[in-house]
Amino acid sequence: MNLTDAESLCAALIEQMRPHVTPDTALVGIHTGGVWLAERLHRALGLSVPPGAIDVSWYRDDYGSKGLPGKARKTEIPFHVEGANIIIVDDVLYTGRTTRAAINELFDFGRPARVDLAVLVDRGGRELPIAPRYCACTLPTPLPPSQRLELECGADGKLSLRQIDA
Amino acid sequence: MRNPQLDKNGGLQHLLTLDGLPREILVEILDNAAPFTEVAEREVKKLPLLRGKSIFNLFFENSTRTRTTFEIAAKRLSADVVNLNVSTSSTAKGESLLDTIDNLCAMQADMFVVRHAASGAPFLIARHLYEQGRDDIHVINAGDGRHAHPTQGLLDMYTIRHYKGDFTKLSVAIVGDVLHSRVARSQICALVTLGVPEIRVIGPKTLLPTEIEKMGVRVFHDMREGLRDVDVIMMLRLQNERMNGALLPTPQEFYKVWGLTGEKLEYARPDAIVMHPGPMNRGVEIDSAVADGAQAVILPQVTFGIAVRMAVMSMLAS
Repeated sequence: MNLTDAESLCAALIEQMRPHVTPDTALVGIHTGGVWLAERLHRALGLSVPPGAIDVSWYRDDYGSKGLPGKARKTEIPFHVEGANIIIVDDVLYTGRTTRAAINELFDFGRPARVDLAVLVDRGGRELPIAPRYCACTLPTPLPPSQRLELECGADGKLSLRQIDA
Repeated sequence: MRNPQLDKNGGLQHLLTLDGLPREILVEILDNAAPFTEVAEREVKKLPLLRGKSIFNLFFENSTRTRTTFEIAAKRLSADVVNLNVSTSSTAKGESLLDTIDNLCAMQADMFVVRHAASGAPFLIARHLYEQGRDDIHVINAGDGRHAHPTQGLLDMYTIRHYKGDFTKLSVAIVGDVLHSRVARSQICALVTLGVPEIRVIGPKTLLPTEIEKMGVRVFHDMREGLRDVDVIMMLRLQNERMNGALLPTPQEFYKVWGLTGEKLEYARPDAIVMHPGPMNRGVEIDSAVADGAQAVILPQVTFGIAVRMAVMSMLAS
């Protein structure tokens, strides 16, 4: 599968998730790529609970070097977390530290009944015991740390993945 | 010349005054404060940002609200907070300010929140830390003498931005005892930095500093004239405890001329907001009906103050 074709990866992810979601499944996207993806999945899967957004800057283990989120990005959970079935959505899964931070933050809003993880791409390189339940593409060999992989959203709403030499 | 508030990369090292604080940093603090206001609505009102940090509240002068909001802000960021009751501490036994600081540094302090009756005391501490090479320790000025009260000035700017948006179209009046007010000085510095085109100070000649016009404000000695068509009214507390000499006849006389009543409020724009840094002297600088009225945003100021202090502390720690 062509890594840059985020649209077909997105379609594959939707089909993976479709048999398992119920109308009360709630999505929470991680800023910024995960938020675009969560909105897309929410529409395609016909979910009724409005999707939430999480900015994990406050919860990261490397906060000291990364700093604060500012006003543009903020955490918004528009549903009751207590007892909810939640799928955390992110564009790229790498070390697992962002997912860890997102789970921690989510639990400060209440105790969900269940939390799953859906990602577009698993690039390898995990540093924590975290695995996605839904994943459209797992890279056969992990991307080296010198490479960045980011989701982009065009003016027409089309999603694409960009590989950058950091 | 080295700016004592900034680190070598131009980031915030200490918060000592709003005078000379770059506009970008001021706006960044307000921007960072906005998402913190929502933490209070969470099931768990705590963020892990300052986990494991020790913050010392050093209040050499009494204050309940400021100390409490600093304490709540630090605790919502998961810091360990130590309140030093200075009236029963070693200062009363004759220990110097810098000796106290050295001792607290030896207890692995990460941040000092300092209120002191002497103008410049937080600067003295910041310079001492610099000379000791302790750039890992940060100082926040929580009010020094008649000089500055930067977090109050910041929370006032946050409040104005929340209700009024664009600073560059506003007319703002600061009313009352400007002479003794560190709050007024911080407010004026911030309003000038943020580009407010019309800043007025209103008060009796005896309670306005001479040459205050040089700070970029217009002076009014007639309250009704000064309030005409303003968007924001910032009342100041009449600081009885700082008065020496016959600056005023009586508080009743002050209220008659300079107290904000419903009648005087009508000279401002109908959607003008009324602010007060607290604690209020009802019936001295403000009428109860105005303080509790629809235009007052005095209690939201207190709530915003927590978010603004959370933003300052997190920025210092990052």
